Amino acid sequence: MAQLNHDTLRETVIDAILAVAPEADVDALPADRPWREALEIDSFDFLNILVDLEKRLGVSVPESDYHELATLDGLIGYLEKRLAA
Amino acid sequence: MSEFRMPSLGADMESGTLVEWNIRPGERVERGQIVCVVETQKGAIDVEVWEAGTVERLVAEEGQKVPVGEVLAVIRPEGEKAEGEEIGQETPAERPAPEGPRSTGPTTPPAAATPSLATTGGRLRISPAARKRAAELGLDPAGVSGSGAGGSITLEDIERAARSAEGEQAAPSARPVPKAGTHAAMRQAIAAAMARSKREIPHYYLGNTLCVEPALAWLEAHNAQRPVAERLIFPVLQLRAVALALEAVPALNGWYRDDTFQPAEGVHLGVAIALRGGGLVAPALHDADRLAPDAMMAALRDLLTRAREDRLRSSELTAAGLTVTNLGDLGVESVQGVIYPPQVALVGFGRIAERAWVRDGKVVAARCLHASLAADHRVTDGALGASFLTRLTDLLTEPERLWPS
Repeated sequence: MAQLNHDTLRETVIDAILAVAPEADVDALPADRPWREALEIDSFDFLNILVDLEKRLGVSVPESDYHELATLDGLIGYLEKRLAA
Repeated sequence: MSEFRMPSLGADMESGTLVEWNIRPGERVERGQIVCVVETQKGAIDVEVWEAGTVERLVAEEGQKVPVGEVLAVIRPEGEKAEGEEIGQETPAERPAPEGPRSTGPTTPPAAATPSLATTGGRLRISPAARKRAAELGLDPAGVSGSGAGGSITLEDIERAARSAEGEQAAPSARPVPKAGTHAAMRQAIAAAMARSKREIPHYYLGNTLCVEPALAWLEAHNAQRPVAERLIFPVLQLRAVALALEAVPALNGWYRDDTFQPAEGVHLGVAIALRGGGLVAPALHDADRLAPDAMMAALRDLLTRAREDRLRSSELTAAGLTVTNLGDLGVESVQGVIYPPQVALVGFGRIAERAWVRDGKVVAARCLHASLAADHRVTDGALGASFLTRLTDLLTEPERLWPS
């Protein structure tokens, strides 16, 4: 898993978001802006996305780290860091 | 004999289209069992029966539009002989909500098992009747665009796709096509209910900003050692607090009908759920005052999942005595709610955000939340509303009171 490059990881994250919000225009989303409000992802959707990412990547995100996932860049960066550890 | 009738699944419903029977004559039915699917303005609804017995005969046919209160089927109650001709007094629409969430019997047809949390998002949104029809026609529903609630594929979408696939020939099906279940129909239902609310209900509004640091600490501690799939989300605490406050102030839990307030039996909270692609449903979370944290999360997960898949049950559309709306995830600070008639109050939550908060004479940064109450002034006054909101605020501020051990 740790060999996943940045682009593949990004694809995986986008797949997980699209599984919950199929109509989301992720490409139009600025990577450094809060993505949940822009895509109307509520706390239940967010939990489902984390469950999906845990299944795909084996990374379980503790609740205390949620604040690092506010932007798409933050989310991908966080997963990269956890996968490299 | 007992007559199973088309239930009223909302104040403005006049009729529904029977799309599918899950039972056959001679079959036994249990209390709470889903016996048919009815398409309404709010999408396809799984309709339950509230009397155990044996199906004597099916009166309405699949595809038939049936007015509210008309007979759908005749059911012979337990212990009654087949030749008995007495008519049952109760219609499903008038029955109170069942005690306990999904108490007895097989309440879910085998084909409609709730998918696991992780697979939910990837599933095709399609009504059961549409899926069945697509299979009959040998049509792949994945290629059909949905016009129903949340973009789900309705029976009508399948029929339309089949017609165009046959090169605009005569409709291949003799079965009448329901008009309900479309996005426009849902918009119309919301418009009717909300216009009635603002026309008839003299709303009054109260609000409170509260500090949720202790509640968030409680939630983080609860979730700390759990895998993601078993964690609670904050709305579980909000719903619990509303349920307990409502138990203490029952005058806000019920319906205003025929110029009088009719209290609800039990605390069943309407949960306002925005559907992707537009539209809104507010199905009831049954017995919100009696569920332990994990059971409440499971019930909420089940409700949210089925609402988005267009698989709600009839009891969920009629049982709620008060509705809760949470617009905080969409980034707004506060909600001035519109009451869902014939209910008499609505609780609104805004977003959790850091604010300057005074604690022990010092200004500190703290995560706060705005809670609001919209209530019907025909039924209650501001003083009663204030006592409810104060109680709600206290419960959310002191989370150890939510589930006292």
